[in-house]
Amino acid sequence: MALDRKIAYIDLSTGKSEIKPIPLEVRKKFIGGRGLDAYLLFNNAPQGCDPLGPENTLIISGGLLTATCASATSRTHIMAKSPLTGLLGSTNMGGFFSAEMAWADFHHLVITGKAEKPVYLWIHNGQIEIRDAVKLWGKSSTETQWAIREELGDQEIKSAVIGQAGENLVTYANVMTGIKNAGGRTGMGCVMGSKNLKAVAVRGTMDVKIAHPLEALEFNKKFIEQITTAKVNKTQGTLGTHFIWGATNSWGGIRTRNFQFNQMENADELEPESLDDIATETMGPYHMTGCFGCQVHCRAQYRIPSGPYAGIYNEGPEYTSFGAFGSEPDCNKAETVLTANYLVNQYGVDNLEIGSIISWAMELYELGIITSKETDGIDLRFSNADALIEMIHRICTRKGWLGNVLADGGIPASEKIGKHSFDYLIQVKGMNNLHSDERATPGLALNIATSSRGSDHLRSRPAIDLYHLPESVLRKIYSSPVPYEGPLSSDSMEYIGKPWQVFWQENCYMAVDSIGICKYHTTFLGATLPNFEDWPRAIYLNTGLELTPKDIWDAAERSNNMERLFNLREGLTRYDLVKGDMLNHRYFDEPCLRGAPDVIGIMIDRKKFDVMVDEFYGHHGWDKEGVPTQATLTRLGLEQEPTHLL
Amino acid sequence: MEKILTVNYEKCTGCRLCELVCSVKHEGVSNPSKSRIQVVKWEDEGRYVPMICQQCEDAPCQSVCPVGAISRDKEFGFMKVNYDVCIGCRSCVSICPFGAMNYNTMARKVFKCDLCDGDPQCARFCEVKAIEFVTADKVSSLKKREGAARQSAAGKQALAIEERA
Ligand code: SF4
Ligand code: SF4
Ligand code: SF4
Repeated sequence: MALDRKIAYIDLSTGKSEIKPIPLEVRKKFIGGRGLDAYLLFNNAPQGCDPLGPENTLIISGGLLTATCASATSRTHIMAKSPLTGLLGSTNMGGFFSAEMAWADFHHLVITGKAEKPVYLWIHNGQIEIRDAVKLWGKSSTETQWAIREELGDQEIKSAVIGQAGENLVTYANVMTGIKNAGGRTGMGCVMGSKNLKAVAVRGTMDVKIAHPLEALEFNKKFIEQITTAKVNKTQGTLGTHFIWGATNSWGGIRTRNFQFNQMENADELEPESLDDIATETMGPYHMTGCFGCQVHCRAQYRIPSGPYAGIYNEGPEYTSFGAFGSEPDCNKAETVLTANYLVNQYGVDNLEIGSIISWAMELYELGIITSKETDGIDLRFSNADALIEMIHRICTRKGWLGNVLADGGIPASEKIGKHSFDYLIQVKGMNNLHSDERATPGLALNIATSSRGSDHLRSRPAIDLYHLPESVLRKIYSSPVPYEGPLSSDSMEYIGKPWQVFWQENCYMAVDSIGICKYHTTFLGATLPNFEDWPRAIYLNTGLELTPKDIWDAAERSNNMERLFNLREGLTRYDLVKGDMLNHRYFDEPCLRGAPDVIGIMIDRKKFDVMVDEFYGHHGWDKEGVPTQATLTRLGLEQEPTHLL
Repeated sequence: MEKILTVNYEKCTGCRLCELVCSVKHEGVSNPSKSRIQVVKWEDEGRYVPMICQQCEDAPCQSVCPVGAISRDKEFGFMKVNYDVCIGCRSCVSICPFGAMNYNTMARKVFKCDLCDGDPQCARFCEVKAIEFVTADKVSSLKKREGAARQSAAGKQALAIEERA
């Protein structure tokens, strides 16, 4: 059945690898993908290990349903201890990589050690080979992928690679596959670079057996209808993920000039529709592309219209790029966003982190905390698009004092810069925020503060909060598969009931990341999209595994606790501004200055926020310090960890 | 009236769901290398072309077959292989100009599109309708419409650019 994909343990120091099956009991406990990765990381990475040392464990995986006949199940998940945060490193990307890996017989690769010189892994129908990558070193992310195809003589090879940023150990370097699929957060590309691992190339022609093929096919058809009829997916399928940027900006939820404003002015060129006119070959119904088996096809294809990279083909730019290279540095030209988006894809660096860190440096420059001495004469003021682009080059190649310092990540950089620079760094657990401004949405603020991988909008975001759905609809979603009778509020500015929503979404997204589906195919932006109730049938028909919605919920909760245990082990404490579940003081002290009338003047209430965190911990069965109680661990069967079942 | 599968590669998003459903339908497994349709991709320029059997009128696979194993199915009009006669020489695989005759190395058999006996799954699942199953006479009028639409759009664009300049 689809469940016979294996785990490969690969030691780059010795060059040896070992292949093991995944026992069914472990599957039921952790499902696959991110959930099982969390278990493997906790059990394999030694406590306190150096993220850039050989003992750090890099895990690359596909989900439970990857490569089966269930739609959009080709998410690739990557986990290790993060060089950016020193806590859990975890990232998730689309494309075709994990499906190809499943056809090559693997669901999880557990990579330890460090190669003496640059290498890449070549994984083909159950075989694992470590190959020389000296000639690939220095190549961009796409050049690397095409070069591997040439070298091995197969155009169907899919590779997860690093670009120059990963080689140069930029702590927020990406893993990339395809033109623009980015495993962006927490610096997993940096971990690959530290291991001298340039790429993992996979190709498979082995059957992934489907338990009940014809029924699975029919069920998938229904699933697809549920997904494609959701209005939000239709919009995404024609405009791309940044369709929401305009609406959020006009309301006042877009961070601008680091954190000085919550709305960007003069942003007409950055509206999704206007981009269609500016970029050649972009948007429109025929110019979208998608991941394996996906009908949402959310990424636009475009050619850069002008500037030094004019005419180059690229995909995206995602919602995050519009914030990172548009609103945060206050650059209002579409060309800037498209160019920067192309560059970060080639260098293999997190768009969100690099845009955010440069915008932080811009504020420091305007405040006089850093001067033209540190910038080598670059006029690092807001709205200077040339400076933004130049800083991207400098960070990825570690050029100049500032480029080198910023490449280490926000917190180490703030230590080097000193002079209260830390106060202006908009981060949680050492990871910079998305460009969204959560001061008017306490639920989303709670989400970014408590996410297991630092400030993050994809871990537990109750994004449907913004739709002001009737409470009855919310109750239907949030009372299943475990009953919930507590408060819920349709008002996104409320504090009440939000901790449950964040807790629920945390389990939902863990399940999604473990099954291997894309978040646009679940209750992320659409209330009617598939959910705990819909997955058991898809799992059963494809794999034969019988799980109830509650089983999936429990596995997700268990996996979330594994991540929590890892973070606690590596030093998370509740109120710590560097490693805790805390927000930058500006959320509590500086009111929103722009946006809709109900947004202006708003900020997060410190006391109410604290109560939300208490409540959130309570739903989890964690104590006031955010530590799982003995009863919680026993309930989830985690009291013996690490158990080394694999 | 006989229906044929048409491909409009401009609409294709490159998702490869067609490959997946074809292999699940015919082989009961997920394995694109066993699919009767394959999407050829130029990722660096974002171009994807689904390649399928054209069920050629004067089919090279049929003419090249030394034992006469390939013939047209009376009911659905597709070219089919008679495995009782086929000797597995793979002449058809090498001659097909579209790469639409495939070879299964495990089963050691050639295989090709059978239009799913009248309900092609690739067309059924292709959400953007890059693949459609239509009667032969519709194809040319469809193509005409699409071509004309492109021309008129280009015209409009040229006008707009002129006006701006
Ligand atoms: S299903 Fe349609 S859009 Fe997807 S690859 Fe096939 S032809 Fe292209
Ligand atoms: S297999 Fe090739 S040659 Fe034969 S009918 Fe199909 S497209 Fe024509
Ligand atoms: S019509 Fe059927 S057999 Fe032919 S390519 Fe499509 S799915 Fe495969």
